[in-house]
Order: sequence, then structure tokens, then C-alpha cells
Amino acid sequence: MLKDITIGQYIPGDTPIHNLDPRIKIIITFAFIAALFFINKFFGYLFVVAFMIMAVGLSKIPVRYIFKGLKPLLVIILLTVALNIFMTEGEVIYTIWKLRITKEGLIQAAFMALRLIFLITGASLLTLTTSPISLTDGIEKLLNPLRSIGVPAHELAMMMTIALRFIPTLLEETDKIMKAQMARGADFETGNIISRARAMVPLLVPLFISAFRRADELALAMEARCYRGGENRTRMKQLSIEFRDYMALIITIVFFLAILWSRYFVK
Amino acid sequence: MPIKVENLVHIYSKDTVFQHVALDDVSFTIEDGEFIGLIGHTGSGKSTLIQHLNGLLKPTSGKIYIDDVDINSKDVELKFIRQKVGLVFQYPEHQLFEETVYKDVAFGPTNLKLSDGEIKDRVKNSLELVGLNYEEIKDKSPFDLSGGQKRRVAIAGVLAMRPKILILDEPTAGLDPRGRDEILNEIKSLHKKEKITIILVSHRMEDIARLVDRILVLNKGKIQFFDTPSRIFKEAETLESIGLGIPQVSDLIRQLRKRGFPIEDCISVEEAKNAIINVLRGKKNA
Ligand SMILES: Nc1ncnc2c1ncn2[C@@H]1O[C@H](COP(=O)(O)OP(=O)(O)OP(=O)(O)O)[C@@H](O)[C@H]1O
Ligand SMILES: [Mg+2]
Repeated sequence: MLKDITIGQYIPGDTPIHNLDPRIKIIITFAFIAALFFINKFFGYLFVVAFMIMAVGLSKIPVRYIFKGLKPLLVIILLTVALNIFMTEGEVIYTIWKLRITKEGLIQAAFMALRLIFLITGASLLTLTTSPISLTDGIEKLLNPLRSIGVPAHELAMMMTIALRFIPTLLEETDKIMKAQMARGADFETGNIISRARAMVPLLVPLFISAFRRADELALAMEARCYRGGENRTRMKQLSIEFRDYMALIITIVFFLAILWSRYFVK
Repeated sequence: MPIKVENLVHIYSKDTVFQHVALDDVSFTIEDGEFIGLIGHTGSGKSTLIQHLNGLLKPTSGKIYIDDVDINSKDVELKFIRQKVGLVFQYPEHQLFEETVYKDVAFGPTNLKLSDGEIKDRVKNSLELVGLNYEEIKDKSPFDLSGGQKRRVAIAGVLAMRPKILILDEPTAGLDPRGRDEILNEIKSLHKKEKITIILVSHRMEDIARLVDRILVLNKGKIQFFDTPSRIFKEAETLESIGLGIPQVSDLIRQLRKRGFPIEDCISVEEAKNAIINVLRGKKNA
């Protein structure tokens, strides 16, 4: 029943995209998202589509996984589209009841929808092709220069790693406890809000207890292995920038320049 | 209350890259009042199978009948099935949540909307069935008990539903040898006293061989054997090849017989002792 949640789901693989250095992948993703905000003509999206097709194709991730990430955000996208269609001033082309649809509104809505869709799919591609561990590794390395101004890069990354690591465990645990209580006649699905909230008690109490137990055990296990925070820590897997990372960067720069060109130099 | 399973298939995360066939065309029938051992290597699908028997998991394909009722048909109330089929999960003590033992055991009967008197009777009776002293324990917090006691309280919580079929998933996992024997003996006497059908999941032959009527051996989601213990132990080689052994006594008897000792199969130490003594006496007399 909880299997549909795919936060940060990672699909293992051995493709050029999977094997990119996580730092590079994070930077590219941010560049991609930034580029989306520079687009001011529909034809700019041609570059985006080309870029995405190339990235998804290389990553060998089934396309429906990419679109699955859109599902939970569908409401937000639809809301944005509706707001834009009806709220933009301009040349009226149709009137339903008191709502006016304008030409500018339609264009604006299509623009926003495309931007959101590409934003989400681009970000999903990052998490689909990067294991949580290397993702946090990448973030830690990128934040490292900020250590001198007091950003606890290692601690932040460690917290993220642990949180990501425990999402599936907690989901599994929830599923298990839910089933165990259902076997004793608990009912989580029917009734009004108050009785449903009360029905959560037999689920939440054991869940919290087990979360604390796990946190305790994990802390103990880390201390037993002499974990003392980030000071002078080395890694088993050193990140290193390879030829393919430079290639990816160059392609991204070209993509970015193309978007800028479409914005400023094309009439 | 016979259990009939027909061509049960269960596939986890079907149609994704994580697809995994956990049960593959499983069919069997369990009669009323039988005591069944369900055994298999880790990951063989035991927990998956038992969760189908009270409708917690839905089959990918296949049918499950309890008392000739197809439990996955639309017009069957699952609550009703779950009351008939009690399921004790692995590490059941992790599901305890109430302030007192009494309230926790009463959780099931309360959900059934029984009268207070009936609930009290059931709680008392269930706690005694698992060998706990009702007066002593009823007002304690379940979190202040020892591991073995917690587990008993959790099992009592399921017994209080008065199931006709009781399924226990590795009830002895993580207990010391004495705690293990105590729990197993209580389950055995429960079977005798209440005449209910019991399915006991384990991956230790030793634990279940002497208790059960028949053993169902699962291997990689398929049924390997479903027969009486003594007949299954004749297949020692196959059992070993799928990561299970036979009890040490049974192995000893086999070894003895291989070397020409005229002795029958045994499944308990006591039985084996008597058989060996008989053979030795017989030899002397002859
Ligand atoms: N929720 C799930 N999602 C995906 N796969 C699962 C899930 N639960 C179990 N599996 C897989 O199905 C197979 C059977 O699991 P199951 O829990 O039934 O085994 P088991 O025989 O009970 O093992 P154990 O003795 O370790 O308890 C395993 O390979 C497991 O990885
Ligand atoms: Mg199991």
C-alpha cells in the first residue's frame, strides 16, 4: 500500500549518465534548471527537448519512470495552468461564465507548464541515476568550500545520507506494523477524520519506538566504529573528474549558450 | 475450517525493474485442526505466503479458500476473515503500543466491539494460555517486560481474537533456548486444548519436527515437499541442497542404519533413546 511512494528512488545502472561524477551531475542539473528560466520563446524548448532526449536515452531509464515523478505534482501543475489561463490580461478569445480566456493567458500557461514539467523531470533524472550515497557525497564536496564560513558540510551531508537511507526502512516498518494491527482488527481506512486520527495511535506509537530504537542502534554502531565527525575523514571511493565529465560539462555549456542565444539574439 | 490454496502466484513490484516472484504456483490444502510446520530457507516466501491467508496480501493470481469461501472475492468482509485467521508476525512485540498489558491484549476484542465482560474474559484467558499470570501482569506497561514476556503478550493479543486458525511467523526468533522451548510447548498445548489449526513458520527443522503433523517445505517460492516429518526426513540430501538440515537425532539414526544398525526413523531425542536401547537389549538377548 505504500509502494507507490518513489521519493528519491534510484534505479541502478551502468550508463554514461549513471557514471558521471555526482558533483558534475548536480551542477549540470542546476544549470539545466537555470536555463529553463531564461527561455522566453517556445522554440527555446527545442534545445531542452533535445537535451532531455539525449540524457534520458543515454541513461536507459524507462520513460515512464521519468513521468511517474510528475504524478504527485499534477495538481500543482494544473493549478498553475488554470491560474495563468484565467488571470492573464490580454486579448480575450473566449468567455465561460465570468472567466475570460486570453490569448496571452494560454501562451503563458503553456510556458509555465512546460517549465514545470521539465524542471521536475530534470530533477527526477538526477535522483533516478544517482544513488543517495553518491548524491550526498557530491553535495558534501560542493559545500566544502563553504566550511570556512561555518557551513557544517559534512554533518549536513551525513544527516541527509541517514535520512535518505531510512526512508525505505521506515516505510517498510510502517507497512509491517499496519498489517500487524490490521490482523488484530484495526481499521485504518474507514470512518470520519477523528476516528481515523485515533486509529493512527496503534501505528504511530510502535513506529516512533522503533525509529528511536534504530537511531540508538545506529549511533552506537557508528561510535563503535570510531565515527567522530568529518575532521580528517578520508573516503573509500574517491570522487574524480574524468574525460566524460568534461564532455558532459561542455555539452551543458553549449546547451546553455544556445538558450541564451535564443533569448537575446533571435527575434 | 479447511484452508485451500490454488495456483497462488505472488509477484512483488510487478512490471518494474524491481520485479520479484516470491510465490510461484503454490497449491495445497490444510485440514481442520492440523498442526502444520512451514519451513524454508530465508527468502523462500514463507512470510509472503502466510500474509495471503488472511488477506493482507492479494495474490497476483490464484485463489485462496478458507472454509470454502474465496477470501478475495468482492463480497467478503476482510475483517471477518482476519478474525478467523489470527496472524502473529515476526517480532510481534514491536507492535505493542498501549499503556498496560491489559489494554494491549484487549485491542483486538475491542475492535470486534465485544462487551466489557467478554473482553475481560478473553484477555484473562489469552494471557493464561501463553503462560502469564493475569493478576500479576495486567497493569504493567508492556514496555517494562522482558523480551520473552513481551512476545507472549503480543501472541496473547492475537489469541484474544479467538481465531480458528492461528499462524505464527517465527515465534521463537531471537529467544534463548529455554524461552524457545517454553513458547513452543505452549503452542503445542494450545493446539491440544483449543483444537485449532496452527501453522508454525520456522527455518529450524529441530524446532518443529517434534511438534507438527505435517511439514510444508518451501524453496524459492515453490512447494518442495508437503508431508509428515518422518517421510520428509528421508529426503535429507534434497533438504540439505536447499539450505535446510534434518534434526541431529534423525541424522544420527540415518547414519546408524547406514552402518547396519536395525533401527526405525525417529524425530525426537526421547524416541531415539528408547529405540537405541531396545535394539541394544535385543542384541544382547539374542
Ligand atoms: N515488500 C516487498 N517488496 C519486494 N520484495 C519483497 C517484499 N517482501 C518480501 N520480498 C521478497 O520476496 C521474497 C520472499 O520474502 P519472504 O519475506 O516471504 O521470505 P521468508 O521466507 O519469510 O524469509 P525469512 O525466513 O527471512 O523471513 C524475498 O526474496 C524478499 O526479498
Ligand atoms: Mg519471514
